[in-house]
Amino acid sequence: MTVLDRGAGDAGARLSTVPPGDAPGSAPPGPVPAGPLALLRRSWRQLTSMRTALLLLFLLAVAAVPGSVLPQRGLNQIKVDDYFAQHPHLAPVLDRLSLFDTFAAPWFAGIYLLLFVSLIGCLSSRVPQHGRALLRRPPDTPRHLDRLPQSAEFRTDAEVETVAASIHSGLRRARWRVERRAEADGAVTLSAEKGYLRETGNLLFHLALVVLLFAIAMGGLFGWKATVLVTEGDGFCDSVSSYDAFEPGRLVDGQHLPPFCVRLDDFTAGYVPGTSQPASFHARIRYAAGAAEPDRPYDLRVNSPLRTAGTRVYLLGHGFSPVITVTDPTGQVFSGPSAFLPADATLASTGAVKLPDARPKQIGLDGVFTPDRDPADRLGLRSLSPRPLDPGLSIRVYEGDLGLDSGAPQSVYSLDAGRIAAKRLRLAALADGRPARVVIGPGQSVRLADGTTVRFDGYREWARIQVGRDPGQVPALGSAAVMVLGLLLSLRVRRRRVWFRFSPAESAGGPRRTLVAAGGLARDDAEAFGPEFVRVVQSAQGGRSGAG
Amino acid sequence: MPVDAAYAHLSDNLLIATILAYAAAMLLYAVEYAFGDRGRVAAAAALTTPDAARVLVGAGGPAIPPSTGDTPTGGTATDGAVRPRTAAFGRMAIFLTVVGWIMHLGCLTSRGLAVGRAPWGNMYEFAVAATLVAVTGYLVLLSRQPVRYLGAFVMLPVVLLLGLGGTVLYVPAAPLLPALQSYWLWIHVSMITLACGIMLVGFATSVLYLLRARYERRTAVGRPVHFPTTLGVRLPAADRLERLTFRVIAFGFPILTFAVIAGAIWAEAAWGRYWGWDPKETWAFITWVIYAAYLHARSTAGWRGRGAIGIALLGWAAMMFNLFGVNLLISGFHSYSGLS
Ligand code: HEM
Repeated sequence: MTVLDRGAGDAGARLSTVPPGDAPGSAPPGPVPAGPLALLRRSWRQLTSMRTALLLLFLLAVAAVPGSVLPQRGLNQIKVDDYFAQHPHLAPVLDRLSLFDTFAAPWFAGIYLLLFVSLIGCLSSRVPQHGRALLRRPPDTPRHLDRLPQSAEFRTDAEVETVAASIHSGLRRARWRVERRAEADGAVTLSAEKGYLRETGNLLFHLALVVLLFAIAMGGLFGWKATVLVTEGDGFCDSVSSYDAFEPGRLVDGQHLPPFCVRLDDFTAGYVPGTSQPASFHARIRYAAGAAEPDRPYDLRVNSPLRTAGTRVYLLGHGFSPVITVTDPTGQVFSGPSAFLPADATLASTGAVKLPDARPKQIGLDGVFTPDRDPADRLGLRSLSPRPLDPGLSIRVYEGDLGLDSGAPQSVYSLDAGRIAAKRLRLAALADGRPARVVIGPGQSVRLADGTTVRFDGYREWARIQVGRDPGQVPALGSAAVMVLGLLLSLRVRRRRVWFRFSPAESAGGPRRTLVAAGGLARDDAEAFGPEFVRVVQSAQGGRSGAG
Repeated sequence: MPVDAAYAHLSDNLLIATILAYAAAMLLYAVEYAFGDRGRVAAAAALTTPDAARVLVGAGGPAIPPSTGDTPTGGTATDGAVRPRTAAFGRMAIFLTVVGWIMHLGCLTSRGLAVGRAPWGNMYEFAVAATLVAVTGYLVLLSRQPVRYLGAFVMLPVVLLLGLGGTVLYVPAAPLLPALQSYWLWIHVSMITLACGIMLVGFATSVLYLLRARYERRTAVGRPVHFPTTLGVRLPAADRLERLTFRVIAFGFPILTFAVIAGAIWAEAAWGRYWGWDPKETWAFITWVIYAAYLHARSTAGWRGRGAIGIALLGWAAMMFNLFGVNLLISGFHSYSGLS
């Protein structure tokens, strides 16, 4: 609050609802009462003070730092595992402090919950206080207007009453809230105030912060999201088992997701002509809310999710599924696309095919799919670009026991390395006796010594699709909008007061018979208020002298 | 859309010319500042607006005693003795700033024409755009208030950022990745650029405040002042610098807030979540919270002044770290820098 000269009275009082004892320039608190209730009240006042809020804000900023410096589980589990491998002694200690889950850590929650308790406490006294301020009339005119930060004096020829009435209506027209009072010595005063929106904006902003926190919490409790990799021609329906990854909110029962089905018809990646830089990704999907056959089409793109009443569908990534046909020695045919995972920006992708039903032995394939085969690379592992200009498949064929019935979970994108090392799964031999490690193009096939054939038919594309709900998202957006509005009001509007005192001058009855003194005061921003005060006084003066 | 090589080349050349013009302007500002004792900068700075207003209003009535609140203390003089030669340096500096600004605008525009999109798609372009906002802000301020004393202090970070942009961060003109093709991203980055440019000016005034406040504290008790505190001689009163800083940051903060929100809206569409504590987001959060703390501190007993300004400087440091540190040191989701 503006520090005033002596004599200005309580002119600057109640210009804001900053908690008392907190505002710069306020007096230190008096003697402290004792007793448990007093202690409680004192701690509460302490918690809801500006100083505590400042401290907690600061703590919040500092507490977020480790979340950006250390790998986080929520972002990338693999990086966390790497960190554990590199720092075997330090990592478990950090883990015990939840530093790999900073934003879900109890101490992080402690800080922001305390901050919001403080905020709610603070608001619970500031909101009613501001409500009262909105009803209150502007305060009395200080005795010594010339001691205010802004002041001026002039004389006019008109009567006190006339001048006062004219300036009164002028101020009202300029949307000041005006209060007229008479003083004992016959003087008339006007107290005018403007800019209540500043405080309103400030409170709106802080209230919206609280709503935002609740909205975020709502998403955390009732929201969920899942990702699934879908190959062209395939689809999925909403059930936890069809997802590759499922992240439920704390109160979400994964067994009872609302039914929702999606089918991927076609995926296309567009490239900048002559380069391998992607320019667009399009996934043409059909969907249905409900367990019905998906029928409604949607053109799903990055930055253009499908938003239905509750569920939202996003396109997050893409890759290739080579289509491979294997015929085992008994004549059984296994054919279909298998999704391979991109290893780099050229979309050279790794993956595996597992055929536990092949006879006489189980068959496993692993390898690399290159959309744009580098002719110089004889192993066929390198791709020149992500565009499927010259697809190639570099593949190894294994025979033996895949170990799928052992109960231990396996990645679908690789064969069990332990079993290969243990020779339970062996690299097969080609018809000419060389090991079954080949590079083949679309339509080509290889024949193994035991009569198995493996054909690379071609490829399809897959899209990584995220499905999810966040019931807090729309409320969060709404409160964010209110926050900005509140901030704009709070930081752009100035709360200010002006006073006028009209007293009869000595030369009563003659010209220049009314002495007009004016004073003004604004919270902050004295530079900007100066010119406005000048304008107010000038229009008061100008409006009169002509008529006087 | 393919890249237009002629425009791209023009843009690169204009960048170099801009840096040269700004660097020269910075030197001239510094010369005027250092040797222009009682120069226009000092004289103008001594005339605080509230007092000017008082004189104006008071003219019609009896004399009004000057208030004590807003007059600058010590150091500055109003005797109006202008040393023409140093003032000429200052005018030259402004001329070069304006010339540099035109080329700067040209550099950004031709880059935009070269790539056929808004020219803030990677860190290099971002640095060029943010500094353009800062210089624009300085020139706008200059047209309204006598703030030439700010010149050298704004130009220094601008030249550094542009230099860094042109060397370390430089990436050749190229179109955007699909995830970056979104008008919310366009809004997000425009607003961040704007906020960043404004906060740069707030950073400069904060540093000046610290210099001046230290100068005032020392001269008040008659202690000797040494470089760099001596630079405070020719600055406006610390009070005024403090309020100027507040006005600048209070102007930038809602824009920063909106920028972060626009980023969240874009992230929701591109990645399926509006906030994910990716390092870039985390540092945006940290920056925002620190600037909020600054605004708080200004209304907290015992914090207005040095304490609050210190927080404002931290806010700027966090903002710069988010711009450079996060992209270069911590890899995140935001594959935005164009460097790999
Ligand atoms: C949740 C964290 C908080 C944030 C992010 C925050 C942010 C802000 C911001 C940005 C401002 C300046 C803009 C404006 O005036 O509207 C502000 C002002 C203010 N805040 Fe907070 N605040 C928080 C918590 C609190 C708490 C707990 C209190 C209670 C002590 C509080 C009391 C105030 C007051 C009184 C002002 C007005 C200062 C003035 O009018 O000069 N805030 N806050």
